[in-house]
Amino acid sequence: MTDFGSMLFVFVLATFIGLGVIRRVSRLLYTPLMSLTNAISAIAVVGSIVVAGAEYPITIRVLGAVALFASMTNIVSGFMITNRMLKMFKKQ
Amino acid sequence: MRLIGDLSAVVATALFIFALYWMNDPKTARRSVIAGVTGMAVAVLATWAQPGIIHHGWIVLAIAAGFLVGVPLSRVPLTAVPQRTALSHAFGGLAAGLVGIAEYFLWLGEPAGTHFTPFRTGALVVEVILGFLTFTGSLMAAGKLQEVRWIPQRPVTYPGQNFVNLGVFAAAVGLGVAVVLHPTAPWSGQAFIAIAVLALIFGILLIIPIGGADMPTVISILNAYAGLAAVAMGFVLDSKLLVTAGALDGSSGLILSIIMCRAMNRSFTNVLFGAFGKAQPALASGEQKAWKQETVEGAAQLLEQARNVVIIPGYGMAVAQAQHKVRELYDVHTKRGVTVKFAIHPVAGRMPGHMNVLLAEANIPYSALVEMDEINPEMPQTDVALVLGANDVVNPSARYAKHTPIYGMPIIDADKAKTVLAVKRSKNPGFAGIDNELYTLDNAWMLFGDAKAVLADLVKQFSSGGIH
Repeated sequence: MTDFGSMLFVFVLATFIGLGVIRRVSRLLYTPLMSLTNAISAIAVVGSIVVAGAEYPITIRVLGAVALFASMTNIVSGFMITNRMLKMFKKQ
Repeated sequence: MRLIGDLSAVVATALFIFALYWMNDPKTARRSVIAGVTGMAVAVLATWAQPGIIHHGWIVLAIAAGFLVGVPLSRVPLTAVPQRTALSHAFGGLAAGLVGIAEYFLWLGEPAGTHFTPFRTGALVVEVILGFLTFTGSLMAAGKLQEVRWIPQRPVTYPGQNFVNLGVFAAAVGLGVAVVLHPTAPWSGQAFIAIAVLALIFGILLIIPIGGADMPTVISILNAYAGLAAVAMGFVLDSKLLVTAGALDGSSGLILSIIMCRAMNRSFTNVLFGAFGKAQPALASGEQKAWKQETVEGAAQLLEQARNVVIIPGYGMAVAQAQHKVRELYDVHTKRGVTVKFAIHPVAGRMPGHMNVLLAEANIPYSALVEMDEINPEMPQTDVALVLGANDVVNPSARYAKHTPIYGMPIIDADKAKTVLAVKRSKNPGFAGIDNELYTLDNAWMLFGDAKAVLADLVKQFSSGGIH
């Protein structure tokens, strides 16, 4: 079963890493930062894959498939637009 | 199999952290995308390869649909990036909310509620509330930014608004507590659906009183919510990878929200419950000074004599899509040996970093983009401050006019420049509804018109030989 202690532990540590790393992000890049973190948090896709693809009732799988579509949209558009914006900052 | 899952999660987490780390410098930033995509691919493939996954057709279809919508969404013009960002927060919230509902009813179908520990049920409720309020809230924000006709652009306020909003939210939380205490009662299925519906309504109500100038803060807050919804989903699914990635997204949203709030001298609660737009104070002094209008020819002459020019862009530049004309003006001046810098206020535009991206698109070197704190000491030596569709962020009233909502907001000291040229579309006051006294200063001159058209005329003055 779930070990709440270790999950909370991971959450707190990850938040501190996040705060430390994000504070150093160049102020020029806040817009691409937002689209990048957006794509990264679409890691929710792993949850959607399980719900959509496992042996579950069809209504559940439909919910999972819609969630999978939404996450995948974020992954594709998030990474692509981040790349497009960062390209503009490279020339120099 | 278990080992592969764990290892891939660790690899993906490390790659995500590297991706964010490389964003600290534009020179290394493009590695960020490679790291992020690799991490994502590893995580997706490892999950997909699990033996329990059997309906591959469904997955392929959903992924294909994601590409079909995602690719065009990544090609929007850069002026539309704020609404695309809001839309992607909405998708993130939707995914979390739907998976939450699916998980609840899956658990409900299993014997004797073995999954319903208070911690996991609580996480499930949080996931669904955050997910769905982020979904509708972000859709509303995207609609306002896109200027969809049936969503009012101006903040809509009514008496007792905060009471209604908090009431809806409290009802959702109350039902959530009831479901955590009795997860398998005969009524808890309906209660769970009711929580989702209340969260959907709350998201709409939360954004109704928000106006354009608050968007940078609101988008950042919604970003944090979307991240936290992913964290809650990680708790529900027992996935450390999800918790970590969600926490990274959440902390990014949190930091950006704090920076945006500071740049407006407002608090979180003030942005969400303060309804910036309704504060329209009567001007303390009835004395109205007149604006001095300048012609394009006159403005070109002022610019011709300048050695130091600072351009202060705002949302008006984005609306007029004027960034490429700005570049032409920049070229004309730098060729003549004039120093041109851009003063970037943190909340200029409609999302964090909006102006930087637009100017970078127009190939303006990022070394010319200067943050507010660094440019302000240089303003007294500046010959011409060219205000381009910015308003509240250059309003000197912010320094002392205590009765105005922008009081205390740090501003770019355009008024301290030797000459101020302000390009403005109309004679209406700015978003905050306050007259901008910068425009009536003795050293200030107005150029009325669409920013792109005015700049095109200015550039023409320099190239047509009228001015050398």
